[in-house]
Amino acid sequence: MDATTLPARLSETREDFLALGVRDRLQLLLEFSNELPELPERYRDHPDLFEKVEECQSPVYIFVELEHGRVHLHATAPAESPTTRGFASILVQGLDGLPVDEVLAVPADYPQSLGLSEAVSPLRVRGMTGMLGRVKRQVRKRIAA
Amino acid sequence: MSAELDSAAKFTEYAHPERLVTTEWLAERLGQPGLVVVESDEDVLLYETGHIPGSVKVDWHTELNDPVVRDYVNGEQFAALLGSKGIARDTTVVIYGDKNNWWAAYALWVFTLFGHEDVRLLDGGRDLWIAEGRPLTTDVTEVTPVEYPVVERDDSVIRAFKDDVLAHFGNPLIDVRSPEEYNGERTSAPAYPEEGALRAGHIPTAASVPWARAAAADGTFKPRAELDAIYRDEAGLEDGDDVIAYCRIGERSSHTWFVLAYLLGFEQVRNYDGSWTEWGSAVRVPIVTGAERGEVPTR
Repeated sequence: MDATTLPARLSETREDFLALGVRDRLQLLLEFSNELPELPERYRDHPDLFEKVEECQSPVYIFVELEHGRVHLHATAPAESPTTRGFASILVQGLDGLPVDEVLAVPADYPQSLGLSEAVSPLRVRGMTGMLGRVKRQVRKRIAA
Repeated sequence: MSAELDSAAKFTEYAHPERLVTTEWLAERLGQPGLVVVESDEDVLLYETGHIPGSVKVDWHTELNDPVVRDYVNGEQFAALLGSKGIARDTTVVIYGDKNNWWAAYALWVFTLFGHEDVRLLDGGRDLWIAEGRPLTTDVTEVTPVEYPVVERDDSVIRAFKDDVLAHFGNPLIDVRSPEEYNGERTSAPAYPEEGALRAGHIPTAASVPWARAAAADGTFKPRAELDAIYRDEAGLEDGDDVIAYCRIGERSSHTWFVLAYLLGFEQVRNYDGSWTEWGSAVRVPIVTGAERGEVPTR
């Protein structure tokens, strides 16, 4: 993966995970999970705006909006799905507010580079890969619209 | 040093009431020596958000599976795992988890492959415990590691492999996946990731009984009469049958295995853990699509 294309926040997140042992990586993922921002008031009653991430085992919904060429990512997942919430939170914190081209340039295999495969299993990490793919697809769709 | 059995009236209808405990039974015995409570969930972090006080976690992906070969851990790995959780060979283990004990039943099945004698499920699982307002904690459970003997895994009694299934035709098979998977519309449960089976459908002659039908709305197992109506009257199982259950990777069918073996008392029940991710990708195995069970294949 070309490090130069990775937004600073995602790069820091990766360094943070890789600096930890497997067990502590789970704890860090839990911290991310707890930090997933609540949806803004104006979107709470608009499930129609959100896209379901089919690659995830638990229900998680994402919604991308563009404002002055910058990406705003909203995600919601139930408290009973902390792993999925953690994945969503990593992406929300890492991508929100970035210019469109930086989001589109994030390597598709970023989720595999966090060292989570041993901690949560490769199959579960695939859910995050699906999430990232759908974020980028929504961004492309919004640009085209 | 087994903990006493739960004498709940509902359980007495089941063939093996000793395999279940109620939330009430467990609440009264937390911390009792010789009893270890294990949480096993689909979500690897759910335990960390709050668990039954004193319980330990066993994760199906990262702890029960061999990291390289598609198989379960071996005797040495299992001994190391259980010892590290404070479980001795004579410990009473009560397993509970999310989603109607789906993964808890899977863990119980794997424990049973190693012949751990006293392993029980918490009827209603994590959801019922929470719904009843019983305590959860995020405190780290202090475990004193113990010695667990190295026991060879016995795959001959409750585990079926692909060749066993091929030799099984003419005997009942239960497909516990969703109707969409059974019919061949998709290869993984609705809202679940595709897990790479190349063909969709079901094993010929398998009856479709989605696993969660065995659970009541509160996550507990349905009463005996309702289970008999589903598995005997509807699916056609009879006393003395040799039954194989399967799903996608063997987890949901562990739940059905538990129901058939311990609640309904079928003596020959195996779980085909290769399940659809193996069968649906294997070369030249027969497959049926659509809602009909299909005929016994002629070879």
